[in-house]
Amino acid sequence: MSDAITVSTAPASSLREFAANYSKSRIALAALGVLMLILAVALCAPLISPQNPYDLAQLDIMDSKLAPGAKSGAGWTFWLGTDDQGRDMLSAIFHGLRISLGVGVTSTLVALAIGIVVGLLAAYVGGWVEAIIMRLVDLQLSFPSILIALILLAILGQGVDKIVVALITVQWAYYARTVRGAALVEKRKEYVDAAICLGYSPVRIVLRHIMPNVLPPLIVVATVQVAHAIALEATLSFLGLGMPITSPSLGLLISNGFTHLLSGKYWISFFPGIALLVTIVAINLVGDQLRDVLNPRLK
Amino acid sequence: MLFYILRRLAQSLLVLLVMSALVFVGVFAIGNPVDILINPQADQAEIARVTASLGLDQPVWVQYWNFISAAFSGDLGKSFASNVPAMQLILQRMPATVELALSAMVMAIIIGLPLGLWAGLRPDSFAAKSIMAGSILGFSLPTFWVGLMLIMIFSVWLGWLPSTGRGATVEVLGLHLSIFTWDGLKHMLMPATNLALFKLSLLIRLTRAGTREAMVQDYVRFARAKGVPENRVVSVHVLKNILIPIVTIIGLEFGSVIAFAIITETVFAWPGMGKLLIDSINVLDRPVIVAYLMIIVFLFVIINLAVDILYTTLDPRVRLSGARA
Repeated sequence: MSDAITVSTAPASSLREFAANYSKSRIALAALGVLMLILAVALCAPLISPQNPYDLAQLDIMDSKLAPGAKSGAGWTFWLGTDDQGRDMLSAIFHGLRISLGVGVTSTLVALAIGIVVGLLAAYVGGWVEAIIMRLVDLQLSFPSILIALILLAILGQGVDKIVVALITVQWAYYARTVRGAALVEKRKEYVDAAICLGYSPVRIVLRHIMPNVLPPLIVVATVQVAHAIALEATLSFLGLGMPITSPSLGLLISNGFTHLLSGKYWISFFPGIALLVTIVAINLVGDQLRDVLNPRLK
Repeated sequence: MLFYILRRLAQSLLVLLVMSALVFVGVFAIGNPVDILINPQADQAEIARVTASLGLDQPVWVQYWNFISAAFSGDLGKSFASNVPAMQLILQRMPATVELALSAMVMAIIIGLPLGLWAGLRPDSFAAKSIMAGSILGFSLPTFWVGLMLIMIFSVWLGWLPSTGRGATVEVLGLHLSIFTWDGLKHMLMPATNLALFKLSLLIRLTRAGTREAMVQDYVRFARAKGVPENRVVSVHVLKNILIPIVTIIGLEFGSVIAFAIITETVFAWPGMGKLLIDSINVLDRPVIVAYLMIIVFLFVIINLAVDILYTTLDPRVRLSGARA
């Protein structure tokens, strides 16, 4: 009976311990707050935006390229200015955040799933399966991700689905390598021997025993990778190979402002860039702190 | 040892072949370049004639075979858009890219090493913390956006530096280089800074980590006990030891600098290979895309091969495990 109680309270107390450890760094706590705010803005973009930036009926060409703080013809203020079509930049950024984060998180989650399956397969099956998978991973990781994504997009063409495919292709190898490394260590531990002696099937051992133990290091890698994916998507969109004009991510907004930058209208590129930067820095800081907290060597 | 190098060479060749097939078949799948090249009013016969003259009426594998057999003699096909051999087009642009990449690398080393050393020697000082915060920023800032901001500040607001192009060049040993003219240097300063930023952050972190590890080693304590002045301990004893991994990384990263130059060249309209690639993708100039990718893949394979062989000669443990695997 007392055993059952300890088991049931263990997760709650370790979660509290985790929260306490995480809160030791004020910067990381602030970053988490900022990240939550960004997520909230991205989720509620249609509700909190001053205008719907992609409803042409709401745009007025007379408002085009207004400086930040200027008043619109209808009397309200464009706090971050407008672009060449009279679109309120603040609303465009809210919607852009939604698209950028959506693409980044979706591709990371799918790549994570693929990486876990492939990495576990390599570690547990071994032999030629492992050799082929790891050769492929090595081959891919020896090229920079921007190059692989560029090749893929040159081949696949433009589109939201295509950029997600490119981002997945770029990321899966990291996870596969991390999972395999962690799973190889776990495989040699006693609890796996015990599970084998109990007669559990290999699938059950891998999924129920090994996988939960390799997840913590993966969470850290995945967090930082979301930031990476967002930056990569923005770069590809800037190069004209990413998002189509119908789904303007932050990268595409920056790219649109590039032509006006030289005539001194900085805000069309500047503010989406700041939004991108704050998002990436916040995610990286949270990822850094997660790594420190989850790292058993530092405890 | 010789056997290992031969085997590694064969592996690299295989990688090249596989990549060339992937790239070729992949690039073959994109659009029909005839649609872009030909006058929209052309009739069927004209379209068929152009298609045949470009060799596009053959099956993919025949086209691949023609490509690969020609590639071994250094011929990577003719650009559809300008009718110039793709290889020549890329080689013309190569000095600009290599010059930019090398300048960025040198910049990253000159600035990164001292800053990293400083941060490693006094890890708790305010300067060290600022340097590390700066390096996090350097990792997080998207390259293209930093480029835009540099243009905004130094070209549009201050008017100090030109925002596009390469400026005046002089011919040195048959290559057109801009580093030797004042105008060329002014054009290069912003793109090189932009490209250097990411590697600079990486170098700062590497040097700092290396320095922190080295400072607690016995040889440092011994040098101090011997009465070696602190400056000499750092500049001779510590620096020599941390340089080995740093030099390796610098070598390994050179390929990625060339790849990242694609972004910087697009932002600053720098007439290098990367800009050529983006322009070629936009007009579906297949031979140039394939040729660029083949050259880059070749470069990476060579760099990886060199680093692997260097490792095995430096570290016997790698050689043993490599021979077994």
